[in-house]
Amino acid sequence: MAERAKPVSAWPGIGAAALVAALILGTLAAVALRAETSGGFSPADWAALRFTLTQAVLSALFSVALAVPVARALARRRFPGRRALIALLGAPFILPVIVAILGLLQVFGRSGWISDLLGLFGLPPIRIYGLHGVVLAHVFFNLPLATRLVLQAWQEIPAERFRLAAQLGCNGMAMFRLIELPMLKRALPGVVAVIFAICLTSFAVALTLGGGPRATTIELAIYQAFTYDFDLGRAALLSALQLALTAAAALAALRFSRGDGFGAGLDRALRRWDGGAPALDVFWISAAAAFLLLPLASVAISGLAGVFDMPALVLRAALTSVLVAAASTLILLMLALPMATAVASGRYGLVELSGILGLAASPLVIGTGLFILIRPIANPTTLALPVTALVNAAMALPFALRILVPAAKDITARHGRLALSLNMGKWTFLRRVLLPRMRPQIGFAAGLGAALSMGDLGVIALFADPQIATLPLQIYRLMGAYQMQAAAGGALLLLFLSMGAFWLLDRGGRWHAEA
Amino acid sequence: MKHLLIAAGILSATSAIAADKPQLTVYTYDSFVSDWGPGPQVKEAFEAVCECELNLVGVEDGAALLSRIRLEGENSDADVVLGLDTNLITAAKETGLFAPNSVSTDFALPIEWSDDTFTPYDWGYFAFVHNADATAPTNFRDLADSDTKIIIQDPRSSTPGLGLLMWVKAAYGDEAPKIWAGLADNIVTVTKGWSEAYGLFLEGESEMVLSYTTSPAYHLIAEEDASKAAAAFDEGNYLQVEVAAKLAATDQPELADQFLNFMVTDAFQQIIPTTNWMYPAVTPADGLPEGFDTLTVPAKSLLFSPDEAAAVRDEALAEWQNALSQ
Repeated sequence: MAERAKPVSAWPGIGAAALVAALILGTLAAVALRAETSGGFSPADWAALRFTLTQAVLSALFSVALAVPVARALARRRFPGRRALIALLGAPFILPVIVAILGLLQVFGRSGWISDLLGLFGLPPIRIYGLHGVVLAHVFFNLPLATRLVLQAWQEIPAERFRLAAQLGCNGMAMFRLIELPMLKRALPGVVAVIFAICLTSFAVALTLGGGPRATTIELAIYQAFTYDFDLGRAALLSALQLALTAAAALAALRFSRGDGFGAGLDRALRRWDGGAPALDVFWISAAAAFLLLPLASVAISGLAGVFDMPALVLRAALTSVLVAAASTLILLMLALPMATAVASGRYGLVELSGILGLAASPLVIGTGLFILIRPIANPTTLALPVTALVNAAMALPFALRILVPAAKDITARHGRLALSLNMGKWTFLRRVLLPRMRPQIGFAAGLGAALSMGDLGVIALFADPQIATLPLQIYRLMGAYQMQAAAGGALLLLFLSMGAFWLLDRGGRWHAEA
Repeated sequence: MKHLLIAAGILSATSAIAADKPQLTVYTYDSFVSDWGPGPQVKEAFEAVCECELNLVGVEDGAALLSRIRLEGENSDADVVLGLDTNLITAAKETGLFAPNSVSTDFALPIEWSDDTFTPYDWGYFAFVHNADATAPTNFRDLADSDTKIIIQDPRSSTPGLGLLMWVKAAYGDEAPKIWAGLADNIVTVTKGWSEAYGLFLEGESEMVLSYTTSPAYHLIAEEDASKAAAAFDEGNYLQVEVAAKLAATDQPELADQFLNFMVTDAFQQIIPTTNWMYPAVTPADGLPEGFDTLTVPAKSLLFSPDEAAAVRDEALAEWQNALSQ
């Protein structure tokens, strides 16, 4: 069959996908080949697998189920501070795990704000530790991301559809059934898969909130295999299992999310006529805001005292983090844009699949694998920062693709035929049509990538050098040295920087947060 | 590209200057090399006497440190490894990567020390730290019977966590599973590492946290805060002895020996108490810093020999996992 003409070339994207796959599978192979023993699974590993799956499925379902009403409310309502709220909602996602746990427990812990409040009425403190605590923490981390992704899908419905529906006299319910439900069917499987994959590799959150060894995840088993048993074979095997689970989830999501888009619109400003009583929307927005912002407020309050005498080291680490984040964002876009274009120009399931693998790859395995690979040619410590930027980009890639792919698909479908009939060159199409129209998504993806990279401890701990530290590593070092106050100050600075980077880049994409 | 070349040129120029002096590379855990740890002072003190450059490389923690050495094998860049403890010594010996050294001194340890390869540089007692104004249980049985909430670390990912595992095993042997079953409802949660546990304790999530008897010294000396205390347990408190060793494949054997000998002198030992917050392995001539005299000193200390520790480790871990997974 002759290849159908396409407005853009898929080859750069296929190249980028191959590069990502090589990074993730290559490092895994490096670890497996270095193994002295061929590890098998122990009964404890199977228990870990069961727990990991249970918590990841529950976390993904709850995050997405709650994200739908919140995103719908945000899509339907306009109010002052809405954009700031949307930006702030992204914050939990980017906090270093240890900081987020402390913030969360400040609110939900045994002596947290809620327990204190209950105590006023003579009620016992809430019990946060257990499976429900793990799910709560994961919803805290991922609800904002889910909300943003769902909200974006909402905003990609052309304003004309709502206009037409209103003209035809559709009420809220009918509008939901005819316009919003098909959109959700298309968008949600991908969001569920991404969050499932994130929760699959959870370790410290699951253990701490889970309350003990019941809450052992595969990632903890990998860590144990590495450091406690030095069984590289088992570590590689467990990591392969993680990848397989993620790949399965991603494939299922791709299958379920097939379907046609809404076609072209005229980029008119959105108006909704199905507002109805705002009470429900107000409830969802305020509940989500309270759930997500209270722990952040506690992080900010604990940090305030430390902010004014910040050690110079923390400031230097902050600068390092900003540079790493900038490099990482650049790498991310160089990988994600060609990949998204490739996916848009055809059915490149493999490209999307290799994109999502970054989530499932254990940072410990990637880091160790890179260490094994780099060591014969260079001193890994001197490459700590470039390697961190690269791995951070690979880990942010799945999110970037979730954001970029739908838009790239729609734009290519809408304008591709016209471009081809005008004999527009592939480069011209990219420069004049695709990229300008994807600005909002590019801004959002870049912002998320920068913020994620800023907050991620990533692989730098494996390559650490006393002179070089990113801000998250410096926060861990401070805590390890009893400097809880300075660590809290550092965490507030990190929060500020990540939010700043996110806001700046996201703003670059103008309309999508308000339309 | 041009900037990159210039930067590369500068980098290679600086390493050329540094290459004039012999280099000694010491792998240690991350908190040792941090600016609040002993690292910077140790580097300065040793370089003042050695005509060399001391490179301290930080690796997460003791267990990760040994994994790194095993990963690098005989090609390791390290000349000395500093930061293993008695729980890791047997596994470290089995790798055959470490060589005996020439250090001999009188150690101020609560136990006899006679290993010619692994040399102690500091030690401490594991203990449950609590607020000084609260009365704390003073043995595991009372603790298990009480409502006192504790936070501990996971033995699979944390050195103190493994220490507690050994502590209960050393004190109760075959009865250890029963003790763990009794403690299960006291344990608020189990964390990945010490920082998480201590942070949660300071936020009020538990009445006690597994740490060291020296932890209150930090609050007292660095923060002038006398509100924390550590509990001495009737069974005895388990010891942690931190050691350093020379690698067999080092290309700087004399310098490595010089470092290990330096490690047990006052110049190194006096840095330890207020940076690593542990007892020095050899008490400096000036004694311990003010504040250390206020610390709880357990009447009895417990410690498995490295071989015993290696032998009971997996069994103790399985007992712990079973008891706490019910």
